[in-house]
Amino acid sequence: MSSEHSQGHDEHHQLSWWRTYVFATDHKMIGLQYGITALFFLLFGFCLMMLMRWQLAYPGQPLPVIGKWLGSANMPDGVMLPEFYNQLGAMHGTIMVFMGIVPLAVGAFGNYIVPLQIGAADMAFPRINMVSYWAFFVGGVVMLTSFFIPGGAASSGWTSYTPLADIATTGQTFWIIGMVCLITSSLLGAVNFITTIIQLRTKGMTFMRLPFFVWAQFVTAFLLLLAFPPLEAAAILQLMDRIAHTSFFLPSGLVVSGQPLEISGGGSVLLWQHLFWFLAHPEVYVLILPAMGVIAEILANNTRRPLSGYKSLVYSVLFIGFMSFIVWAHHMYLTGMGTTISAFFQATTMIISIPSVIILTVFFLSLWGGSIRFTIPMLFALAFLPMFGIGGLTGLPLGLNITDIPLHDTYYVIAHFHYIVAPGTIFALFAGIYFWFPKITGRRMNDVLGHIHFWPSLICMNLIFMPMFIQGLAGVSRRLYDGGAEYAHAQGTLHLNVLISWSAWILAIFQLPFIFNLIWSLFKGPKSNDNPWESTTLEWATPTPPPHGNFVKIPEVFRGPYEYSLPGAKTDFAPQCQQIVT
Amino acid sequence: MSEFIPYIVEEREETGLYNAKMGIWLFLASEVMLFGGLFSSYVMMRVGALHWPHGSSILNVPLATLNTLVLIVSSVTMVLAWASLRLNDFKKFRLNLGLTILCAFIFLIVKYFEYTAKFHHHLFPKTSTFLAIYFTMTGLHAIHVIGGIIVNAYNFGPGSKMWKTQPHRFINRIEVSGLYWHFVDLVWIFLFPVLYLL
Amino acid sequence: MSGSNVQEIKKEIRVYITVLISLAVLTCVTVSVSYLHLPIPQAIVLALLIAIIKGSLVACYFMHLISERRLVYLVLLVTVFFFFGLLLLPFFNFHDDLTGTIRVS
Repeated sequence: MSSEHSQGHDEHHQLSWWRTYVFATDHKMIGLQYGITALFFLLFGFCLMMLMRWQLAYPGQPLPVIGKWLGSANMPDGVMLPEFYNQLGAMHGTIMVFMGIVPLAVGAFGNYIVPLQIGAADMAFPRINMVSYWAFFVGGVVMLTSFFIPGGAASSGWTSYTPLADIATTGQTFWIIGMVCLITSSLLGAVNFITTIIQLRTKGMTFMRLPFFVWAQFVTAFLLLLAFPPLEAAAILQLMDRIAHTSFFLPSGLVVSGQPLEISGGGSVLLWQHLFWFLAHPEVYVLILPAMGVIAEILANNTRRPLSGYKSLVYSVLFIGFMSFIVWAHHMYLTGMGTTISAFFQATTMIISIPSVIILTVFFLSLWGGSIRFTIPMLFALAFLPMFGIGGLTGLPLGLNITDIPLHDTYYVIAHFHYIVAPGTIFALFAGIYFWFPKITGRRMNDVLGHIHFWPSLICMNLIFMPMFIQGLAGVSRRLYDGGAEYAHAQGTLHLNVLISWSAWILAIFQLPFIFNLIWSLFKGPKSNDNPWESTTLEWATPTPPPHGNFVKIPEVFRGPYEYSLPGAKTDFAPQCQQIVT
Repeated sequence: MSEFIPYIVEEREETGLYNAKMGIWLFLASEVMLFGGLFSSYVMMRVGALHWPHGSSILNVPLATLNTLVLIVSSVTMVLAWASLRLNDFKKFRLNLGLTILCAFIFLIVKYFEYTAKFHHHLFPKTSTFLAIYFTMTGLHAIHVIGGIIVNAYNFGPGSKMWKTQPHRFINRIEVSGLYWHFVDLVWIFLFPVLYLL
Repeated sequence: MSGSNVQEIKKEIRVYITVLISLAVLTCVTVSVSYLHLPIPQAIVLALLIAIIKGSLVACYFMHLISERRLVYLVLLVTVFFFFGLLLLPFFNFHDDLTGTIRVS
C-alpha cells in the first residue's frame, strides 16, 4: 500500500539527478549528505591525530613509509617538523569539533530524524537547508585547502588564541574564512530546526510528547543560534587584524622574534578569549546534547520500559541550555581573573553540573527493572553512560579556580574532554548509526561485525585516555611537540605515550569492521521491516526507506514518546500514533 | 517541495505565526548577538584605552545625520510598501519599495564619500583602535544594507510575480523582508550615537 | 495582520508617519545635544537613552512588536538576556583583573 502511494509521488515529482542527490532539498538526502561528509572528516581528523601520536611516542624518529609521502616541507626524511605538528593539532581540533561531530550530530541525525519524529513532511525551509549543507561543504573545502598553501594550515590551536593567531601564517586566514562558512551553515541550520520543531509538529504532538532526541536538538539549535554569532564577530575582528592590520587583539609594545611590531596597539588579548569561549562553552553542549538525545531513544527502546523521568530530562536540558551561556570564563581562570568574577563563574559552573547529573541519573535509573536487549546500539549506549560519567566528573576540578590552576592546559584537560566527546559523543553517534540504519536503508547491519567494532573500541578508548589523566596529574602540558621529553617532571610518565599511541592505532584498525559493515550492509544486509526494533516514536511509522514527503498519511499523535510495556497491552510497545482505546 | 509544508501562508493556531516569521525573528535574534559581540568589543576597547577620541573630532557628523534620516525614511517606505500591498494597491507598493531601495543606495553612496574622505586624510583601520572599530562596525552594517538591497530588489523585480499567483504569501514575504530591513535601521540607530556622538 | 480591514490599515499608516516625525526630531535632538559637549558619563547616558527610545519606536511600530505573539517575545527575551551577559560579564572581568593585562594601551 505504501509503495503504491510513493510511486504516485515519484511520477508527479520526477526530479533531476542533480536535484535529488546534489542540490537536494529533501531533509533526508541532506541528512545523508551531512552524514557522509562528516564521517569522512571524522576519519580525516583521526588520521591527523594518528600522525601526531607517532611523534609523541617516538619523538624525532622518522615515520616509515607515510612520512615520505607527506613531503619535505612537513616531514623532511620522515621526521615531523614542529610547525607541522602544530598544524596537525590545530586542525585535528577544528575538524573534529566543527566539521565532524557537530555536522554528524546536528546536521545528519538532526536533519534526518527530527522531521520524522515530529511527524513533519520536511523541514520548514528546505532550500535554506540545502544552502546550509553547501556552506558547510565550502567551509570544509577551505579548511582542507589550507594544508596545501605555503606555510600550511592554521597552527595556533583550535582556539586560535591571539596575539599568536594574529601573526600566524596565511593558514590562519583560511581558518577564519572556513569558520565563517561553517558558522553561517550552523546559523541557517539552527533557524531551520527551531522553526521546524515549533511550527511543524503534527496534530497531537504537544511539547511534552516530543521524543527527548527532539528536545535535545531543539536546545542545541538555540545554542548554535545565539552562541555562534559572537564568534563570527570575533572572527571578523581577527580577519581585520590580519588583513587590515588593525590591533583589536594586539596590545601596545608587542615584540615578535625580537622585533617590535608596527601596529597602533591598544587592543585586548582577552577580548578574543571572551568572544571565543562565549561560543565554545555552549559548543561543548552542542557536542553532548544530541548524543544524550540519541542515548535516550536507544535506552528506552532497548530496556522496553519508559524513561524514568522524562520531565526531569526536559527541564534539565532546558536549564543546561540556559546556563551554558554564563559559564564560559571558567576556561580563563589562568588569565589573572579577579576573585569576584571568578567566584561568579565557579558558582555557575557548579550549578550547571547539576542538570547533567540529573540526566545521567535518569539514564541509569531507566535501566532498573527493564528487560534489556543487548543489541549493538544498546551496547554503545550502555558504554556511553560510564564514559560520559568519567568525563563529566573529572570536569569538576577544572571548574574550580584553585584546582584548575595546576591542571590547566595539561593532559588532564585533554583526557577530560575527550572522555566526553570520544567514548561519549562518538559512541552515541555510532549507536545512532546502528539504530537508525535499518530505517534509512531498509537493511540491518551485521551484529558480529558490530561486536568486533564495539568491544575493542571500548578498550582502546580507555587505554588512550585513562593514561592521559596520569600524565596530566604529573603536570605534563598539552601541545608539546615531543610529548614532554624535554621536561624533568614528565619523565616518569613518558612511557605511557607509547601505550597511548599504539592504542590509538589499534583503535583505527577496529574501525575498519564498522566501515566495511556500513558498506556491505547497504547492499547485502538482511532486509528489515518498517519497525525492526519495535519502537514507539514516529520515525518507525513511515515506509522504509521513507519516501519524499515521509509519511503515507501524516499521523496523529495520541500518547507520549516512550510507552513501553503498558500493563494489559497486547504488545510491549505502543506507538505514538496508536489510538488509545478506552 | 513546499507542497508538503504547512503554515507557509496561514498561521499556526497555537503559535500565531507563519513559518517565515518565526524564522526571521530567530535570524534577527542571532543578528542581535552578532552585533552584541561587536558592541562588547567596543566597550572593552574603549574602557581599556588611555585616550579615546570624541567621534565628532574625526568623523563627519552632518553626513552621518543625513544618513540616519535617509535610513529612517527608507524604513517608513518599507512599512508603507507592506501596508499598500495589504490595501491591494500594487502600484503604491512598487513606488514605496522602489523608494526604499533608492534610500539604501543613497545611504551607501554617502558612506562611500565618508570612507574615501577618511582614506584621503590617511585615516585607515590600522591607524587607531577607534578607527578600527569604526570601519569594522560600519562596514559590517553596510554589508547588511547591501543584503537588504538584494532582497528588496528581488521582491521588486522577479519576485513580485508571486503577487499574481500567491498574494498572501507575497505579503508575508514583504513583511519578513521588512522586519530585516527595520533591524538594519535599528542597528544604525545605535551605531550612530555610539561612534559619532560619544 | 493581513486580515485586518482597510480602516485599520489606514490608521496604521498614520501611526507610521507619526513615528517617522518623532524619529527625525529625536535624531536632531541627539545631534544637537552632542554639540553641548556634556561630561562623558552624562553624554553617554543621554545618547543611549535617546537611542533606546528611537530603537523602541522602530521595533514596536515598524516591526510591529507591540502587537506580536508571545513566542516572539520569549525568543527576544532570551536573546536580550544573553546579549547583556555578553556585554557585561567581560566588562566586569575587566574591572576585576589581577594582572592588568587587559589595561594595556
